[in-house]
Amino acid sequence: MSRKVIDHAAQATPPAVAHRIRGLSDRAIAWIFVAPTIVLLLAINVFPLIWTVWLSFTNYRVNRPNKEVEFIGLRNYERILTDSDTWLTMQATAHFLVWTIVLQVLIGFSLAYSINKKFKGNDLWTTIIVLPMMLSPAVVGNFWTFLYQPQIGLFNYVIAFITGVDPSSFSMIGEVSLAPWAIVIVDTWMWTPFVMLICLAGLRSIPDSIYEAAECDRASKWRQFWTITIPMVLPFLMLAVLFRGIENFKMFDLVVQLTGGGPGSVTELTSINLKREAFEKWRTGFASAYAVILFVTVFGLASIYVKALNRVKAR
Amino acid sequence: MSYSVTDPSLRQKWGAGILVITYALITLLPLVWIVATGFKSPADSIAYPPKIVFQPSLEGYVNLFTTQTRASEETLKALGEPTTWYDKIVRAKNMMIAGPSRFPERFFNSVIIGFGSTFFAIVLGTAAAYAFSRFRVPLKDDLLFFILSTRMMPPIAVAIPIFLMFRHLGLSDTHAGMILLYTAVNLSLSVWLINGFIDEIPIEYEEAALIDGYTRFQAFYKVVLPQAATGIASTAIFCLIFAWNEYAFAVLLTSGNAQTAPPFIPTIIGVGGQDWPAVAAGATLFLLPVMIFTILLRKHLLRGITFGAVRK
Repeated sequence: MSRKVIDHAAQATPPAVAHRIRGLSDRAIAWIFVAPTIVLLLAINVFPLIWTVWLSFTNYRVNRPNKEVEFIGLRNYERILTDSDTWLTMQATAHFLVWTIVLQVLIGFSLAYSINKKFKGNDLWTTIIVLPMMLSPAVVGNFWTFLYQPQIGLFNYVIAFITGVDPSSFSMIGEVSLAPWAIVIVDTWMWTPFVMLICLAGLRSIPDSIYEAAECDRASKWRQFWTITIPMVLPFLMLAVLFRGIENFKMFDLVVQLTGGGPGSVTELTSINLKREAFEKWRTGFASAYAVILFVTVFGLASIYVKALNRVKAR
Repeated sequence: MSYSVTDPSLRQKWGAGILVITYALITLLPLVWIVATGFKSPADSIAYPPKIVFQPSLEGYVNLFTTQTRASEETLKALGEPTTWYDKIVRAKNMMIAGPSRFPERFFNSVIIGFGSTFFAIVLGTAAAYAFSRFRVPLKDDLLFFILSTRMMPPIAVAIPIFLMFRHLGLSDTHAGMILLYTAVNLSLSVWLINGFIDEIPIEYEEAALIDGYTRFQAFYKVVLPQAATGIASTAIFCLIFAWNEYAFAVLLTSGNAQTAPPFIPTIIGVGGQDWPAVAAGATLFLLPVMIFTILLRKHLLRGITFGAVRK
């Protein structure tokens, strides 16, 4: 029988090619398979990264190609770290990060917990909740500016309907005190489903037998929740927080379309600030140093976090 | 029916259901509003209070697909009666159609760049994932982590040198450049996800095939590929959705020729301020395919969303 399969395969492949392929060792095949990926990533990721590091030590400006590039050492870094604007940007980013994560974890977990009660039709409703995160943040963010219009916007209208305030009395994206919350709300609307899905996977991974055993031991539901559900879901939840943290630290498209960093610079997150330095003020060297600082920050925080995560998992 | 102590009671199910459905309806509201606004007349779209019941109009779609100029009454008279339904809509506001808009071009760019980059990301990613899964690749874990870490970089941070690089190579604002870039960005996702799918296929199948005289390549495409097909397909959909939605690179590296729809749609501007029905019409056409995909393929998408970190 196997003979037949080989004959069939041999017929399907021209002899010369078959011979050449047959001659390759596993090691060679491994390299042929991996090399294109590595080469492409080196060219599009690593090489630019090295270039960025090099540029960060210079005063290069893209819009002045004829000016001689000077090597200025760590001066760009010094300027960024002593600049008070950088710290304002970091504060705006921290506010955005903390609140989006808190809200998404609370809402996402509650939803996952409810969906896991397996009521009729939960599958369909889960899909509807997931929809926003599949869409283009720039296009959706742009449309949210319409929903946030004072008076005519749907968001203002709904809030006015519920609370009784005048819908033209507040502007979510125009007011310094409200704009940081405007971006938190849209991000939460968009990305809560992500946290929800990961929590759901966590909840579904808990075997029924554990609850059955707890039931035999007459543990109350409340106690089961805190001693079984939460500890078992925690590694998943932490993973969700890691992904959301990295994504929101890089946040650009949604917020740039929503507020463009304004009013003033209260919603100017690090990526928006970086874009301004690099592609509006054209301070290429300075912006490169900024990029390096951001990358080191994300990478450092993520590494520490992953260590903590592994400790929780090992428990 | 068997009864288990762990089954939620009927009351719990009702409570949970009401909570989830309420949230789902709230979440759906902005999306319904986008679709509805696309079919409103400009006056209806900015009415107060917001109109829930309105006379449907295709003006937004006509504005999206055409450029128009204001025309005097004499010019309009000289043109004679409007011949088509869209002419009629435009003439009614003392305008005439000057030509097609750029929207179809931008949409088509999104299609080419999306499918092109997905194709390459899947081909390269499947090959690499197979090698990582089946061969002893030196520094395997380090390489895999390196591939994942390329995703931690803020796009704006890599955009500076890529901008310079593309200018040197003549790749700025070209389809080839964007396909190359999105392929590289999507590779990390495709390698990780497909690696997970191939890991789950028992290695014994291939060993049996090898003993039967198959070559490695034959074992790869006759045994492994068909087994991993569903996983690869759902990975492809994720790559496609990412490329379809991407904005940061697109807005920085393209300006005309290769510009995709996400940077274009927010720039649709009407005569007096932003033309919201036209923006909503563009957004509807752009977002609807993704929504339909998500609903149809929901069973297969879960794993991609969680980046393969959460196994079924």
